[in-house]
Amino acid sequence: MHKICGMNPTPSRQIRRLWSIVAILTLLAVGWEAYKWIGETTGGVWPGTTTRLPIRTNSRSMPHLWDIAVSLFRPARRGGEDILLVILLRAGWFTLRSALVGFVAGCSIGFGLGLLFVRSRLAERGLMPYVVASQTVPVIAIAPILVVWGGRLDLPKWVSVAAISAYLAFFPVAINTLRGLRSPAATATELMRSYAASPNQTLLKLQIPAALPFLFPALKVAATASVIGAIVGELPAGLADGLGRAILGFASSFSSAPEKLFASVVVSALVGLVFVGVVALVERLVLPPTRRIDPTEAAASP
Amino acid sequence: MKRFIALLLATSMIAAACGGGDSTTDSDETTTTAGAETPTELTPISLQLQWFAQSQFAGYYAAKALGYYEDEGLDVSILEGAVDIVPQQVVATGGAEFGLAWVPKALVSNEEGAGLVNVAQVFQRSGTLMVSWADTGIESPEDWEDKVIGNWGFGNEFELTAAIEKFGVTPAELVAQNFDMEALLNREIDAAEAMIYNEYAQVLEAVNPDTGELYQPTDLNVIDFNEVGTAMLQDAVWVTSEYADANPDVVERFLKASFEGWIYCRDNTEECADIVLNAGPTLGRSHQIWQMNEINGLIWPSPGGVGVMDQALWDQTIDVATSQGVIAADPGSDAFTTKFAEAAVAALEAEGLDVTGTSWQPIEVELVEGGE
Repeated sequence: MHKICGMNPTPSRQIRRLWSIVAILTLLAVGWEAYKWIGETTGGVWPGTTTRLPIRTNSRSMPHLWDIAVSLFRPARRGGEDILLVILLRAGWFTLRSALVGFVAGCSIGFGLGLLFVRSRLAERGLMPYVVASQTVPVIAIAPILVVWGGRLDLPKWVSVAAISAYLAFFPVAINTLRGLRSPAATATELMRSYAASPNQTLLKLQIPAALPFLFPALKVAATASVIGAIVGELPAGLADGLGRAILGFASSFSSAPEKLFASVVVSALVGLVFVGVVALVERLVLPPTRRIDPTEAAASP
Repeated sequence: MKRFIALLLATSMIAAACGGGDSTTDSDETTTTAGAETPTELTPISLQLQWFAQSQFAGYYAAKALGYYEDEGLDVSILEGAVDIVPQQVVATGGAEFGLAWVPKALVSNEEGAGLVNVAQVFQRSGTLMVSWADTGIESPEDWEDKVIGNWGFGNEFELTAAIEKFGVTPAELVAQNFDMEALLNREIDAAEAMIYNEYAQVLEAVNPDTGELYQPTDLNVIDFNEVGTAMLQDAVWVTSEYADANPDVVERFLKASFEGWIYCRDNTEECADIVLNAGPTLGRSHQIWQMNEINGLIWPSPGGVGVMDQALWDQTIDVATSQGVIAADPGSDAFTTKFAEAAVAALEAEGLDVTGTSWQPIEVELVEGGE
């Protein structure tokens, strides 16, 4: 509310943003190839020293970026019908479906916990330590347990995978929901009280609308976390059709075809980006620009 | 408030999208178990593999694809393995009726109370090698003296440690090696553990930066634990002893169809690798044909008939396993039985199939870069 600016970002600003993205990507690509070139010229040491470079620069450890790009558009096997990109996108869609279920479940649980905590200090004090502790347990330890439980309950394997996604997704939503629900100024709360608004009315008319700007950044974090959860969860679940299995398979043949592993990492990142993009789009529809917490726009504004 | 409603709408749209996802995943599940199309009199059973689809398991994929299981009245679900999936534990806890496991690993689980019995020793030889660069001059275990030797750990190192003891050598260091050949390719270690059907081929699929060509077998020295005499038996079919007692006919029919699959793969190496390729879109064809050929070499010849335990190799496995402290004691004669495999072999022989493969010869496989 501090600024009168109800408009969408102007086209020139969007172009500037696009340019900065292109510039950063170019810089990273040039950096990758330059590092590789230095290593191959000096025999793997920093120029003028005998100190070894931290990462080997041969094409087995760091394939050329164009080799990675080319591998995406070639069949994954000799005489194969589908190019690697198609295979990976199909796997990405498979993974994204479990991630979506986990995202919705995790965000609902997170939002519910936020509501509970804002209503009850007792619940917050009692449960919050466990909510925080849950995120210190590595997902690779939780994943096999959830898969075994899912198996005992005769659930389809993707349910366990979605549960692992939800496990990673609920935390940021719970924390930011709580913070958002507590964000209204004391004067606003007092105003509601002076109208004799019930707690439910205050929640619906004041607290939840005030929490939305806090909720969306959490949803973006939850979106990426749920994709990671699904990829990691597919490994102990033994699901063959998703990105987890593709990454595992290409990792085991890393010595002879490293570019395919990098290609599958690129596609995994794309899947996460698309998911975050969808959340950002929803945010755009729901919140006016002045109420968005968008670090990229905040930095760009003078 | 309008915005709140818009948010609700957006969430329900996502939920709806998920709902669509659910139903398709469900239908995937049904098609993999193939319960819908098959007649009801088929007995549904599942087989747990140690890893995801590859030619190491080709015989079972062939038996399923070619209808051998169905001919025996079985509806077999092949459960792929993955990280953290331990087949013998899956079988012990009832997650699958049949499971594949290396003999020493299953015996460790048995000492923990898994109660499993080996009903078919499919691989008659060990597939483990120690691979080194030819220019390092490592030609026998004696040459490991003062060398840096890689191993995988997790129970995969005992053929190596037994050989080190047997030859009384002192390597400079035993180092943990990832399940790939990077450390050898980068010459961080002098010798690396490798399965003849996987990691060894991965070296031969990598480009030698000095020549720009693939590495050649002549660049490498190979020590085969079967020749060293410390080999331990690997892939075998395990069931719980209760299951074997209660369902002897199912076990026999499963083995008969599986063996028929392996016989098909012996006589049709490339076609069988193609069956496996259908189960994994990211698998490379030349790598899987190589693997099929080498797996055939681990199975054939089977002098006593395919899947029938070789008592001498069992004894050697127990010797190595007890001397290396893998298992506390000799598990005794209840740990394996040959009766199901022998019955299956007899039935196949009666159908005129070659069950020993004494005349089997490997094919020539040309590996290509990346195993594609």
